[in-house]
Amino acid sequence: MATEAPPALRFGGRHGRPPVSGRVRADRRLGYLMLAPAIVLLLAVTAYPLVYNLWNSFHAENLSEITGQGGWVGVDNYTRMFRSSEWLHALWRTLAFAGVSVAIETVLALGLALMLHRRFRGRGLLRVAVLIPWAVPTVVSATLWKTMFDQRSGFVDYIFGLHTTWLSGIWTSWTAIFVADAWKNIPFIALILLSGLQVIPTEIYEAARIDGASWWQTFRRLTLPLLKPALAVALIFRLLSGLLIFDVVYIMTGGGPGLSTETLSFLNWQTFLVDTDFGYGGAISVMLVVLCLLAAGIVGWLMRTRDLR
Amino acid sequence: MSTESAATGPLAVSRPHRPGTRSRRVQRIVREVCFYLAVLIVILIALFPFYWILRTSLLSDQAVGQGVGGPNGIIPAHLTGSAYSEDFNQQGFLTPLINSAIVAGLTTLITIVVATLAGYALARMPIRGAGAILAFILVAGFFPVLAMVGPLFLVLRNLGFLDSIWPLIIVYLVYTLPIATYLLRNFFMQIPADLEEAALVDGATRLVALRRVVVPVAIPGVFTAGIIAFILAWNDFAFAVSFLETPSHFTAPLAIVNLGQSQFQVFYNRIDAAVVIITIPVALLVLFAQRRIVAGLTAGSFR
Repeated sequence: MATEAPPALRFGGRHGRPPVSGRVRADRRLGYLMLAPAIVLLLAVTAYPLVYNLWNSFHAENLSEITGQGGWVGVDNYTRMFRSSEWLHALWRTLAFAGVSVAIETVLALGLALMLHRRFRGRGLLRVAVLIPWAVPTVVSATLWKTMFDQRSGFVDYIFGLHTTWLSGIWTSWTAIFVADAWKNIPFIALILLSGLQVIPTEIYEAARIDGASWWQTFRRLTLPLLKPALAVALIFRLLSGLLIFDVVYIMTGGGPGLSTETLSFLNWQTFLVDTDFGYGGAISVMLVVLCLLAAGIVGWLMRTRDLR
Repeated sequence: MSTESAATGPLAVSRPHRPGTRSRRVQRIVREVCFYLAVLIVILIALFPFYWILRTSLLSDQAVGQGVGGPNGIIPAHLTGSAYSEDFNQQGFLTPLINSAIVAGLTTLITIVVATLAGYALARMPIRGAGAILAFILVAGFFPVLAMVGPLFLVLRNLGFLDSIWPLIIVYLVYTLPIATYLLRNFFMQIPADLEEAALVDGATRLVALRRVVVPVAIPGVFTAGIIAFILAWNDFAFAVSFLETPSHFTAPLAIVNLGQSQFQVFYNRIDAAVVIITIPVALLVLFAQRRIVAGLTAGSFR
């Protein structure tokens, strides 16, 4: 049948595998041309730096040292990194922050998604209210919460009658960072989960209700399993942005007090732009990429579903 | 109600005993009240910090020095615009704003063109390995920003492009291109192919069909992608703080962070005035395009 259709109707290869006509070949070539700018630009800003980092990580590339520039040093940068207690501490902090923030923020985002999913008067207002924190720059969310937690200018101490200097203690600093991060990120995760909720057919709920299932049973047995693909995407997204947290740390604490809130990204930035050590920084960057791949892989494997399209 | 009477069939056997209709109605009202209360709390948490920022930005330097409380409570007794004039007249906050607008605007423009082409190709063209290409584009969006900063710093340094806003336009594509391409691909897949096929049968070339037939239909999708791209480019801090040095070359987010430094006392009114100003364009975009943004971010993800 496909062979009898006029050539123009056969392109796209959706109807089986039509013989490749001139039109298809021309379309394919044009298709690659249309994709080329996007691919070239993205390779230039991701793959190229990755390769450059790999190269640097095996060389001495410290701009502040005149001698030994560009020499091959083998895995020295890596052994230095694995033995550095600063790096190990930053790694541990980053993992702990990512783990805790993923758990809490995903649960809260799920609640928000269920709220946004319901039809009710004022839904538009709720949508605008939660979209604005997502849309503002991280600089705004970080500066805003820095003001909030400030003892003299903020409302946290004022309203709750506390006298805490939040950003000078370790745990209070992490609390402030977490609040600023959660406030900005939860809306976006909620939107991802909302898009998962929207494709669950309503008839299923109707049937569950007729069978007398309680709200919790419905949620536990129907909503959660059907939401799994969306949850996987949300978890990967959240985990990666948690592992890469930089802006909020830079603005709110600058890694302090001491080094107590220094994360991997912040350490990486310091190594590149303060120490101007691009060899050691390259090694840290490479490990950061590996860590992200591992995290995404683990979540993807844990959340695998057989019927994922 | 009709569904409930229908439930008295065989399916209702396993149904637990329910209390009478009156207490059920009370239960429902309580549940509604709780729901709206929760909505109210969420809206408060989302928006109250903005009120506080606005409030702080309208205080005088003196009032900020006195701290919160007394006449400077939740609703301060005296308001003044002095922090705003300080930001614009003394700190030159207008220049970073213009820089940010230029960079975000041009990034958005490039994103729209490049992502429309790529999204269309992925949705419609008989390309081999379209899935893998899409996967690469999406993965690129998750690439650690800080792992890009070092090498790009060296490249820009060697090219003499450090401390300039122009390279940022290209660098910011890593934020905008993945999501815009994905969004437009989904959008094109939802448009029936009949239109362009008719144009092609009539002898139009692909590109003419794309420009005359597809793009007009796709305007809402392109618009949504543009808004999201602008927001993402407007929001960058990591690249700006790594590549820019001269205050007159700063983007607005970077300028805000530097406003608070170099002073003995932190003038939160000045910082927060800048925060208010930089938030306004984003808030306006969200206000006027919330439906589009939500639809864009959720459309086709799990269909």
